[in-house]
This record gives sequence, C-alpha cells and structure tokens, in this order.
Amino acid sequence: MTFAYVFKRLLGTIPLLLGISLILFAIVHFAPGGPLDVYADNPSVSKEALEQIAKAYGLDQPAYIQYFLWLKAVIVGNWGYSIRTGRPVLTEILLRLRPTFELGGLALLFSLVVAIPLGILSATRRGSKLDGALTLASFAGISTPVFWLALLLQLLFSVQLGWLPSAGYQSIGDGSLFDRLAHIVMPAAVLSLATIASWSRFIRSGMADVLNQDYIRTAYAKGHGLLGVIMRHALRNAMIPAITVIAVDFGTVISGAVITETVFAWPGIGRLFMESMDGRDYPMLMGLMMMGSVGIIAANLVADLAYAALDPRIRYG
Amino acid sequence: METTSLHTTGSKQGKRLLEVRNLETKFYTADGVVNALNGISYSVDEGECLAIVGESGSGKTVGVLSILRLIQSPPGRIVGGEILFKGTDLLKIDDKELRTIRGGAISVIFQDPMTSLNPVMRVGAQITENIREHENLTSRQARQKAADLLGMVGIPTPAKRLDDYPHQFSGGMRQRVMIAMALSCSPQLIIADEPTTALDVTIQAQIVELIKSLQAELGTAVIWISHDLGVVARLADNVAVMYAGHIVEKAPVDELYARPAHPYTIGLLNSLPRLDARIKTKLKAIGGLPPNLLGMLQGCAFAPRCMFATQICREQAPPAIEVAPRHQVACWHSELVSAGERP
Repeated sequence: MTFAYVFKRLLGTIPLLLGISLILFAIVHFAPGGPLDVYADNPSVSKEALEQIAKAYGLDQPAYIQYFLWLKAVIVGNWGYSIRTGRPVLTEILLRLRPTFELGGLALLFSLVVAIPLGILSATRRGSKLDGALTLASFAGISTPVFWLALLLQLLFSVQLGWLPSAGYQSIGDGSLFDRLAHIVMPAAVLSLATIASWSRFIRSGMADVLNQDYIRTAYAKGHGLLGVIMRHALRNAMIPAITVIAVDFGTVISGAVITETVFAWPGIGRLFMESMDGRDYPMLMGLMMMGSVGIIAANLVADLAYAALDPRIRYG
Repeated sequence: METTSLHTTGSKQGKRLLEVRNLETKFYTADGVVNALNGISYSVDEGECLAIVGESGSGKTVGVLSILRLIQSPPGRIVGGEILFKGTDLLKIDDKELRTIRGGAISVIFQDPMTSLNPVMRVGAQITENIREHENLTSRQARQKAADLLGMVGIPTPAKRLDDYPHQFSGGMRQRVMIAMALSCSPQLIIADEPTTALDVTIQAQIVELIKSLQAELGTAVIWISHDLGVVARLADNVAVMYAGHIVEKAPVDELYARPAHPYTIGLLNSLPRLDARIKTKLKAIGGLPPNLLGMLQGCAFAPRCMFATQICREQAPPAIEVAPRHQVACWHSELVSAGERP
C-alpha cells in the first residue's frame, strides 16, 4: 500500500518538475546579462570569436529552442557542460555534493539535538522566565542575518582568539579529522542557528498542546514521572505537527547553503551556485536548481511518510 | 454498628481505606481564585463503592483527582486538608512514593476513553507499561498479563488486540481497555470519573455491569463519580452529593433515595424520569444556575436556588449534621426538608 502510494507520488513529480524547469529556465534567461558578457568588454576577444562561442553553446538560438534542446538532453541524462569551466555539469555537482552533505548533515544533526530539548524545556515551563528567554532568543535567532553572524564568529574565533580557521574545507596538506572538524564547526553552527530557532518553536507549541491532552493525565495516573511521560507519551505526538517543517528544512539545507558556504569559502553546492550565478552559467544553474527542487520534493514526500510512521491513524492509499 | 442499611450490594464494609478530611483545592486563574473544593470530607472502606454525584462544575472530578494530586498545577493547588490512604497522608509523601501509589494501589478510569488513551501507542504497550511501572515482570509476562486483563474485561481475542491502536477500538471497547489498565496492578481503590458519560446508553449499562461484577469479584473499593443518580442507585453503597465545592449530603444509597434531607438532593431526584410516574408528568428541573466559584461565597451556596432558604441560609454556611445514622446533611432546614413540608 505504501509502495503504491510512493509510486503514485513519484509519478506526480514528473509534470511538477517539468513546470519547475520551465519557470526556472525563463527566470535564468530573463535575468539581465549572459554567460558571454565577461568577454564582451575584453578587447582581445574578437566579435567573431564571441559569435563562435555563442554558437558552440547554442546561445545564438531563441530561448524557447534552447529550452527544448536542454530538455531533450536532460531526458537522456545529459545535463550539459558548464560554460565557465567547460566540464560536465553533473561532474561539477557531484564534486561539490560531499562537502555540502557533510556541512548540512552536521548542521541538521546539531539542530535536532539542540532544538528538541529546548522545545520541551520551553513547553514544560510555559510562562516561566526561562520560556520567555528562550522565546526571545529564538526570535533573535530567526532574525539574525547569516552573513553578519558568520562575520562576527570569524572575528571572534579566528581573528581575536585564533582558535579556529576562518574559512575553507581543510588546511592545505592537512585534512586530518581534527583539521576538518575545526573547519566545519563555525559554518555548521551558523547554518543551524535559524533551524534551531524555528524548530524549537514548533516543538514547543506541539508539546504545549500535547501536554494538555487527557492521555498525558492518564500517563501520570500510571505512576510515570515527568521524564517518562515526555519520552514515552508526549514527544512522539508533539513531533507530528513539527515534522513537515523539519523535513522541508532538511531539503533546503541539503540543497546547499548559499550564504554560509560563500562566507566560509566552503566548496559545496551553495558556493557553486553563487559562482555560477555570477558567471550566468545557464546549464550549471539549471542543473543546480533542478537538483534543489528534487531535494525539496523528496523532503516533502519523506515528511508525508514520516507522518504515517509517527501516527498510526494516518494511512495513505 | 447501625442497622439502617437495607441495600444488598454487599455490606462488606471492612477497614477504613481512604479518609479525606477538609480537602480544599483552589485554581489560581487570570480572572481570580476559583474555589473548586471548599473543605470536603468523606471516607471509603475496603470494598466499598462510594458514589459522588453532582452537576457539572460542582467539584466532583477535582475532588477525586486531588486524591492522586493529578490536578494540573499551575493553576490548581491543594491548599488544605488531609488525604489519609491506609493511614498515610498522600499530601505529605514525596513524588517517588506518590508514583508508586498512582496506578498501583489507586488507579483511575477517566471520563472520555476517546482522548484518555495515547493515540500513537499500541494498547498492549499502554497496559504493560502500567504493569511494568509497578511490578517486576519481564515484558513477556507483562504482555501475557495484559492479554488476560483484556479477556477479563470482555474483549474478544485479547492476545491479537494487544497490537492494535486505540482508534481501532470502539468507544465502549476503549473504556474496557481503560478498565483493564486500571485493574492491571490489583489496586485497592479505583477512581472512576464518570466512566460512562461519553458512551452510548446501551454501552453504559454494559460498563456499569462490568465494573460492578469486577468489584464483587476482586473486592476493590470504588469511588464512582457521576451526575446520573439512576446509575448510582445500581451500584453504590453510599452516596455523597456535591454542590459548589461542598458535600451537601452523605448517606447510604437506600437511605438517600428514601429520605433525602437536602433540598438540592430532592431537586436532583425530582429531575430523574420515573417509570412509576403517571404519563405526561414533566420532569422538574432545578431553577437557576450553580454559583460562580470565583471568590468566596457567603452563606449556603445553594440558598439562591432553594425554596426553603431563609435569612440564616444567606448569612451563614450550614454545618454538617447527622439526621440519621450515617446520614449527614449540611442544611439549616433539614428537618423541614425531610418532613416533606413546603415553606
């Protein structure tokens, strides 16, 4: 039953992705400038040479022809070549995937580990000073601009204290686990701040709602203590409404954190996107954004499946 | 002892099990202090079934949930009194001792079986966790016991149903699960908080019969909360009538029905449909509404709705007096009332 449901949902993503690709293609092409503009003002590149390059990449064709050419190639698995580097789009992306997964994975793990206890703490002490402080802190966390926080952390831990490297994936010639951990700590912390802030809010409200339910009173009447009641009875129920937000955030973070990766010179998907944006690298941008879309759609599907796993009353068919 | 008790539902009055003295519970809300319980006293003997009746908001539920300190706090707080369970004051013991009593020696059957079971947990797990909280059994033994309990409360193919979720049971079956859960550690006292209110009438009768037979079989004492005097007549040994956070009348069940001595009790009895009444007799409702429990009341709480009320009723709260053996009433005019005279 679940298998049939997943299959049906996957089938439904085909028209969805087609529509998304059309919109993305239009946006990318409507944006002012183009991939060859860097050469336009360069006196050593002749007009003929420029036309030749344009022809080689199909940039001389009308946009809708370019779209269909792109689509035709993608259907058979060819994502095209980066205009900036000349290497296949897929190769470039795969190369950057690992750092992004490492950074995103760590940030998400960190977020879960911090957000759940904070949400529970807030919910069990509703109206207390601690709850007020956490509420304030989470609003601050949601509102803090990522680049600003990143710069402050770099200033403190790299410039002032000199404890952590300010940027990069690893030191040249090093690459030991410790060295890489030292590099990943700051970007992961920055990346998790917003998710911690928003998830802890959702878990707090879910928890606050659940703690007023009759079955929680039943659990106390059985002789459970607060911890037992929360772990055995409340948490799973409280996670149900929060799961959508968490899953979609998973999709977003794993698809690359543009600002964080740029500020910390992290060689991931996010920075690749920034670089490709600067160069109007059409095939690269399309590849990256389509992958991001797939990530978000997959996260939504996972969220729906997680719902059913957490709540036996939900059945898909 | 007194010989007035005519009821046959087992005069197995043993030793005193529970004694509640001057219990006072208040709720500190944004609108002010709600005086939910204004010093109630009652006792339950081993094997006894005490019914506490009254309309919604009279403090019945708060009264019994206070026994296990299950009042949500804040806003609720037990501000005074004693709850002696086998001689130990439950208000003075620490959380750890209290937890061994909750679900162990005293268990609760809640009002609404639809919401009182955890929707995302298999019923078997919900029963076994109670067993394992109090008894040293392996998970397999606990599971076997849970299956036995489900069978005992009349759930067919109990072993198979352990792995079902609450939503796969009907309302009546869920209440049976709650009862199985309440019985799981052989409690000495079961608090049944309107266990049949949320159920269909036919199912209600089944649940009443079930609890009655289990009580007879196991000798467990029961405090049965209800607003339904019809149900109460079928299973209680003694009845306490509550109004506005006070116990206004307390008596053996037959005595109460035969010689009610508080105007409120009479009002409740008159609002019951009777089989022996002539056709087209209208049910008599009690005029007016129960008082708002915000703030202190002066005098007798029932005075504004009472046809017997005089000056003293509005000025001073009546003390409880004994009008017959084991029959107590808190009314200034109980003699008039029980004589059936109209003012």
